[in-house]
This record gives sequence, structure tokens and C-alpha cells, in this order.
Amino acid sequence: MINSEKPMHELSLAENIVQLIEDTALKQSFAQVTTVWLEIGQLACVEQESLRFYFDVVAQDSIARQARLEIIEIAGQALCKQCNQDILIATYHDACPHCGSYALQVTQGDGMRIKELEVK
Amino acid sequence: MCTTCGCGNSQTYMNGKAMPSHRHLDKPLRYRPLAQPIHGHTPISVAADHPSRTIHPGTGIAGTHAAGISQARIVKIERDILAKNNQYAAQNRRYLSKHGIFALNLVSSPGSGKTTLLVKTIQMLRDKFPIAVIEGDQQTDRDAARIRATGVPVIQINTGKGCHLDAHMVGRAMQQLPLQHDSLLLIENVGNLVCPSSFDLGEAHKVVILSVTEGEDKPLKYPDMFLASSLMLLNKCDLLPYLTFDIDLALEYAHRIHPELPVIQVSATQGSGMPAWVDWIAAGCRCATAAKPHLQATDPSLD
Ligand SMILES: Nc1nc2c(ncn2[C@@H]2O[C@H](COP(=O)(O)OP(=O)(O)OP(=O)(O)O)[C@@H](O)[C@H]2O)c(=O)[nH]1
Ligand SMILES: [Mg+2]
Ligand SMILES: [Zn+2]
Repeated sequence: MINSEKPMHELSLAENIVQLIEDTALKQSFAQVTTVWLEIGQLACVEQESLRFYFDVVAQDSIARQARLEIIEIAGQALCKQCNQDILIATYHDACPHCGSYALQVTQGDGMRIKELEVK
Repeated sequence: MCTTCGCGNSQTYMNGKAMPSHRHLDKPLRYRPLAQPIHGHTPISVAADHPSRTIHPGTGIAGTHAAGISQARIVKIERDILAKNNQYAAQNRRYLSKHGIFALNLVSSPGSGKTTLLVKTIQMLRDKFPIAVIEGDQQTDRDAARIRATGVPVIQINTGKGCHLDAHMVGRAMQQLPLQHDSLLLIENVGNLVCPSSFDLGEAHKVVILSVTEGEDKPLKYPDMFLASSLMLLNKCDLLPYLTFDIDLALEYAHRIHPELPVIQVSATQGSGMPAWVDWIAAGCRCATAAKPHLQATDPSLD
């Protein structure tokens, strides 16, 4: 590796979260955010500790300065294309526990959303 | 750290000139309403199996708030965290399809041969259609200089500490490039097999490059990138006689992650496999051109 620094797209994610919060604040007129609920899929490419760290940095100068970050993990779920069963998966390279196939269609757990805010 | 507001955005440079962060753009973005989740589908949360956790989405987050905090209220957002990036990407994509420009986003780990491949590709395709390049690197203008030597227009984006290009940066670079109708836009992302997978730039396809010196297991270790890509190039195949790299195993791993992923084995330095790759590009360019008049006829919002 030429670049030994840790990848840090969590910084971008944190910036995007704060932007969405500020945009919402303009439209819904609130001045302070006390809690932010995120839904992060288990398969999503996000390191939670890193996201928390950068959120604190990025939120410093925003209305989310004092906000608590609550992360709800969404389980990875897939449809096995071979045996047609819904299964839970922890990684993209899991095999179907019923038939061993790797041909899976991920149906849940690959996304990341801001769900809601508690505001004052 | 962003000097204007301390927002933590590392400074981005475009051809050496500092670029404003998108948090400081004066133009507000227009949002489209969020698509409602599929009826009756409540996501399974990990916490659902673990009653000890404090958050139970099934029973509603609001249930966890202490009663009596009268001025506090809940605001629903329900938006993808990358909604903003996706919006810029959609703008880029509209612009590109309107002008019949076929755009590719090349992703790989550092040093797998993206720039070498681009230079070779440009040499093979430059007489067929106009080409422009956007180069992404954390530091230096070196890759842009290699592209510039071929004679095609190029913009270098330096992301500083940022480990990927985003759609906003690419949109700005597109404005600065002389882009032509019915052309090819090649975007070399920052060398990194993790982060660029999440950020849509508005390209037609991501193309993942794996070189045979990196080991067979990269698709398993960095699945997002292989999942997000529409084509895989296996590069540096000229080195195979000197290595123990098992091609079949690498392909099996890649197809575990992305079953129908097409793979072309190439050597960017020796030229083997390159005709199949440039044919794939040429076919994409023809489709982009063919789709253009149709788009203009059916979408009145394009100006
Ligand atoms: N043997 C061999 N070497 C190659 C091939 N393609 C690229 N290289 C070498 O690999 C090294 C890195 O190539 P680059 O084209 O700079 O790789 P890159 O992916 O653009 O690197 P970054 O932009 O730094 O991420 C150079 O020394 C190239 O000459 C190939 O097909 N065969
Ligand atoms: Mg390069
Ligand atoms: Zn199965």
C-alpha cells in the first residue's frame, strides 16, 4: 500500500449527515438537535467508531453540536436465488445456509439512512 | 480541516486551485420527495434479537424519549445519508446522457495500473471519438501530467486527506473540461478499494481493476467495490509466469460477490487483452450516442 493512512470516507458520511440536518433545520425551523438516529446496514461499508469520531468533529460548528448519535444496525438479509429462501447474512460473501449457494440477492442491510432527529 | 467553517472537510484542489466545500455553496439544492419504503416491509434490525439493547425500532423510537420534555419534538428525515451526493451524481448523469457522453469510473487499490491503462486506452481510442479525463489523487499532478502527454484534456482533482472522489467534485471538473458530444469521459478515482464504492459520480459504469500481484482474495476482502462494478479488468497478466496467482480462484471469489461480473484479462504494458477492453468501451459509447436523441425527445426538462 502506498497510502498507509486509514480510509476515511466516514468523514464524508459525517459531513453529509450534518448537511442533511442543517437543510432540514431550515425547512422545519429548529435551532438545536439533541439526538440523531441513523440506520446503518450491517453490510454497508461503514465503520461505526470512525463515523462517531468524525460526526463529533464535523458537528462542532453546527446545530448538531450537542447531538447524541444513536446507531440502529440493520441486519443483512438476502434472497437465495437457488433455493428461493430469505436468509440473514453478515457479509457479501456468505453462502446460503440451506443450499450453500453464493448466488444471493441482497434485500436489506446494505444502506445507511438518517431516520429521525430529536430537536428543540 | 476546512478553514472557512472548521467543518472537517479536508481541502480539495482542482488543477492546483482550491475548491470551495459544498457546505458553502450559496445555491440551495432542490429535493425530490423520498420514495416510500415498500409497503409492509419493516427492516429487521440487529437489535431485534437482543432485547437488552435500548433501541427497539419495532416499537418506535419515539417510545424511548422521556415524557415531559415538552419543547422537544421528533423530526422524521428518512433519507439516505448520501442523498446529497446522489443528487449531484444525478445531475452529472443527466448532463452526460443529454450529450451522449459515456463516462467510466475506474476504481482499484493504489498502483494496480489505472493510469497506465488509461494512457494505453487513449492511444487505442483517440481516433475513434473525443476523450477527456478526470484524475483523482490525494496529492500531486503526476497522473494528470501522464495523461496530458497523450494530448487529451485532463483535470486533476487533489482530494487532500479525502480518500475518494465525490459527485460534487466531478461535476465541477466536468464544467472546467472541454467536453464534447458523443465522447468518452474517463475518471480515475483515488487508489482505494474501500471508499469509492459508496460514492456515485454519475458515471455509466464503475470498472474495477485488480492486478495479479495483489492476491486472489481481494474480492472477498473488499466486496463492495466488486459488487458496485459492471466490469472487472484483471491487469498485469504479463507477470503471471512469475507468480503463483491462481486466476480461477480469483474469478471464483469475484463471482461469489457478483455472479455475472464480466472479466477481461489484460496487460496494460504489453497490450494483451486490450482490444476486448476498447471494444467494450466503444460499444458503450455507441449506446450513449444512440440513447441521446431519445432522451431529448422524451424529457422536456433538459435544456
Ligand atoms: N508488469 C506490468 N506492470 C504494470 C502494468 N500496468 C501497470 N504497471 C505498473 O504498475 C505501476 C503502477 O501503475 P500506475 O498506472 O501508476 O497505477 P495506478 O493504479 O494509476 O496508481 P495510483 O494512481 O497511484 O493508484 C507502474 O510501475 C506501472 O508501470 C501491467 O500490465 N504489467
Ligand atoms: Mg494513477
Ligand atoms: Zn439457498
